[in-house]
Amino acid sequence: MAITATIEVNQQDLLTSLKAFCTKLLEQDAISAILVPQRLPMKSMVMPTLVTEADHLDGVDPLSPAFPMNGAKVLAKLTRRPSGGKIAAIMRPCEIRAFIELVKLKQARTEDVVLIGMDCLGAYGNTDYFRFAGEDAEAATRRFYESVLAGKGAALDGVDLTTACQACEAPFPTSADIAIGLHGVDTGRHLLVLGQTPAGDDLLQQMGLPSSEVPTERQAIMDQLRTSREKYRDDMFAATAAATDNIDKLNTYLANCVNCYNCRVACPVCYCKECVFVTDVFNHDPSQYLRWAKRKGAVKMPTDTVFYHLTRLTHMSTACVGCGQCSNACPNDIPVMELFRMVAHNTQRAFAYEAGNSVDEKPPLSEFKEDEFQEVVGL
Amino acid sequence: MENFEPVLVAFVCNWCTYTAADLAGTSRLSYPKNVRLIRVMCTGMVDPQYVIKALLEGADGVLVSGCHPGDCHYINGNYKARRRIKLLKEILPQFGFEPERLRLTWIGASDGIEFAEIMQELVKELKALGPSQAKMKMVV
Repeated sequence: MAITATIEVNQQDLLTSLKAFCTKLLEQDAISAILVPQRLPMKSMVMPTLVTEADHLDGVDPLSPAFPMNGAKVLAKLTRRPSGGKIAAIMRPCEIRAFIELVKLKQARTEDVVLIGMDCLGAYGNTDYFRFAGEDAEAATRRFYESVLAGKGAALDGVDLTTACQACEAPFPTSADIAIGLHGVDTGRHLLVLGQTPAGDDLLQQMGLPSSEVPTERQAIMDQLRTSREKYRDDMFAATAAATDNIDKLNTYLANCVNCYNCRVACPVCYCKECVFVTDVFNHDPSQYLRWAKRKGAVKMPTDTVFYHLTRLTHMSTACVGCGQCSNACPNDIPVMELFRMVAHNTQRAFAYEAGNSVDEKPPLSEFKEDEFQEVVGL
Repeated sequence: MENFEPVLVAFVCNWCTYTAADLAGTSRLSYPKNVRLIRVMCTGMVDPQYVIKALLEGADGVLVSGCHPGDCHYINGNYKARRRIKLLKEILPQFGFEPERLRLTWIGASDGIEFAEIMQELVKELKALGPSQAKMKMVV
């Protein structure tokens, strides 16, 4: 029986309520630590923190529009082997999806973790966030969620959500053990808490939060948001396809790329310990570069730019969760998220797969059947 | 264009298609010299990056060819290859690579005649398609 409960809120002070929820989590015998985004005491920045003592929760801030990294990688680091305790991790839906992909790719384990997701209000790009937050990250968070929850949108002070967030049709924590709901909820008075798995229900049972019911209008509000996001996303795909549908256009699109591989480093599902592009495999003999230059008259240096991006797409597009950290990490403002998400969308559709949906669905390239995809065989 | 001789890079598995190529040779069958055979132990080891690298650096077409379903020397390598070709055929055409430039076939060890015929057919097809746009770009 799925548990539906509430967290009390006083005068729309969501941060204090979430801090109280975290404190209560830490009081549970089953939980040894929580992983939660917090404002750092020394700077106006929000980062994932691993907390074991309730008196270190003053900066709890899962509603901040800061999104410096996809936390799935951090959680994978904490769960890849038994740690001797259970961690409750509060993350964005795209971080949970990436974590689920990492579990399936044998980079993380679900055994010692309870995944807690929130309805995601979206995030600003790194530099936009710094500009928006200024010296007071807490006030910035409050201004942000108050505006979004009042239906006034996320565009404030001339900054808006990243395109990844604006195109995100899945800002709901559907694959979490526990979901914290904001949509359709009277957030001035309480937050909705939903147990979505037996593990989530167990923990909620122990916490003994006041029980509640899902507001009737919640589903309709979520559907409406999903529909408008899908519209934005499909327009984005159409524009990106038109900008890259031949090799010359793709070269133009990627012209600013300096082969820094930041997009790969920031990508939560690009998990290879040693990427082939940093090995000596493509560190060619000097004479090879001269031969290429001679054959074509000129080659852009460094070489292997389009090659890198196309190869990475074959390696990660089945697992892309659309978090947009690739674009966040690009030093030259190439809209890589738009490109990668478009390809990932098509790839996942081709294999009837949805990245991050469930640990039970096998990644497309890790299974096969005798009788399938006949259309790609033969002349 | 009339003198255009396409380059077809063919990744062929040791146990079936390479053996078929060998058979075609010992049977004195002829097939176009445009084909560059690369012997691999199994089509299951052909990483998509090999195909992309070939297409970006000189190949007008790429063939991956191995054992018929059920015949793989390593039981299921050809099934893995088929999924990877499916993936590439989904990705590459989005950037203007004609789907005909990438082919997957099953040619068994005893199919020497079929091997020669398929090579002729593929080269004919690539000649009709013309030179690949990708291979002459200064950005790779």
